[in-house]
Amino acid sequence: MLEIFQYDFMVNAMLASILASIACGIIGTYIVIKRLVFLSGGIAHSAYGGIGLGYLLSFNPILGAVGSSILGAVFVSKMRKNRSENEDTLIGIIWAFGMAIGVLFIGLSPGYVPDLMSYLFGNILTVSKTEILLMAFADFIIIFLVILFFKEFRSITFDEEYSKTAGLNVDFYYLILFILIAVTIVLLIKLVGIILVVALLTIPAAISKFFAKSLSQMMFYSILFGLIFTLVGLLFSYYLNLPSGSAIIVLSVFGYFIAYGFKKLSQK
Amino acid sequence: MKYAIELIDISAGYDSSNPIIKDVNISIEENEFLGIIGPNGGGKTTLLKVILGLLEPQSGKVIIGGKSTYSKNYRIGYVPQYSNFDKTYPISVIDVVSMGLISKSVFSKKLSDEDLKSVKNAIERVNLKQKQFDQIGHLSGGEQQRVLIARALATNPKILILDEPTASVDSQTGKSIYELLSELNKEKTIILVSHDIGAISRSVKKIACLNRKLVYHNTKEITKEMLEETYQCPVDLIAHGVPHRVLDHHHH
Repeated sequence: MLEIFQYDFMVNAMLASILASIACGIIGTYIVIKRLVFLSGGIAHSAYGGIGLGYLLSFNPILGAVGSSILGAVFVSKMRKNRSENEDTLIGIIWAFGMAIGVLFIGLSPGYVPDLMSYLFGNILTVSKTEILLMAFADFIIIFLVILFFKEFRSITFDEEYSKTAGLNVDFYYLILFILIAVTIVLLIKLVGIILVVALLTIPAAISKFFAKSLSQMMFYSILFGLIFTLVGLLFSYYLNLPSGSAIIVLSVFGYFIAYGFKKLSQK
Repeated sequence: MKYAIELIDISAGYDSSNPIIKDVNISIEENEFLGIIGPNGGGKTTLLKVILGLLEPQSGKVIIGGKSTYSKNYRIGYVPQYSNFDKTYPISVIDVVSMGLISKSVFSKKLSDEDLKSVKNAIERVNLKQKQFDQIGHLSGGEQQRVLIARALATNPKILILDEPTASVDSQTGKSIYELLSELNKEKTIILVSHDIGAISRSVKKIACLNRKLVYHNTKEITKEMLEETYQCPVDLIAHGVPHRVLDHHHH
């Protein structure tokens, strides 16, 4: 049983699972509660513009990704404030534009250029030590800011307009929240791939919402469910020789339907 | 006479060539209980936003408590439409009510004992002490509405503004909400907005009609002219039912 820990890649995968579950449990709670899945997707994909620019001007593409996704977050929150255009439409535009200029920049780059797809479909089994350290740092920042702004984030996600009348700078706190979402997703995409990121951001938080009595409880349960799904999924994939990401996602979706059934039964 | 709110020549909206409300003038006395009625799209929400300082008027002046700025000791308590929030949000009654004091608890600062007492008082005021730790989704519609009123009361405001407070509750619950408002009116100015003439109960002291322009005669009676001006449709249709009752009760 313990031979699994002899493989460095498995130990790294487990560390990555733990760090991803923490980030996704916390940030996913806000995404599920405020229905920001589409917005998160848009901000995340605007990151490709920065990745492309990184290759073109030969600096670290991850820095470019973080930079351009933050720009995307700023853009969406500015436009939200002005209400000049439907939010959905804007998200669609930055989603497509980010990816398009990413591909353009890479096309313009001289010499050998690696596959952009590796940034779309990261793999939890090929995670490096540096990426784990980067993620641990991001987890630290997320926990710090969410503790610091817990009441503000709760107030704006519960009732935005009221928060304004109560004297809160709603646009500022939304901007911070959007930036947190952006950075989390960008780092996690490299770690585990966008499909697993979407799954980890939504499914554990959606299950927790069935049972949680408070926002902090919802975050705690989400992290717990995320840990169970990723670690058990990794064991399945190791012993049954299955693709790891898919094993984790299928397990999570099963978990969701079981929880949904429990919730319905307990209401009767 | 002291005025709680004075609006002078207010025009407001999102398109400067086509304001949603135009040349609105009204002086609301302290401890007034004003009902504003008008059709949907007539500018009720826009007017509230201007009073609350959420929307800068295109022209005109807003004076709250004799000052043209929003001061901390002349707070406005706002009770938004109750359908605006997510009933499945995992949050307890006391946490929602504490949100009224959010500007005092930024950067994870703890509320002072005094502020905590205001929160507890507000909860007792609306009779929800037994349910203060319940999740908001487990409460009835009327109780949820009272939670929102308590949140507005947490800052001890002098003015209370309510947007369609009885829109989604049954008439019995609506009645108990009006009783609570009459009680609060002893020390607070109350402004209440609704599209439903029948929803404005007899606890209201004055009535204004709003459809782009505000028609206000400093009385409680809704006249045929007011309705005609406001709803711009054959008044017979509207006046058949409830408005007559409002009129009848107060023609002594």
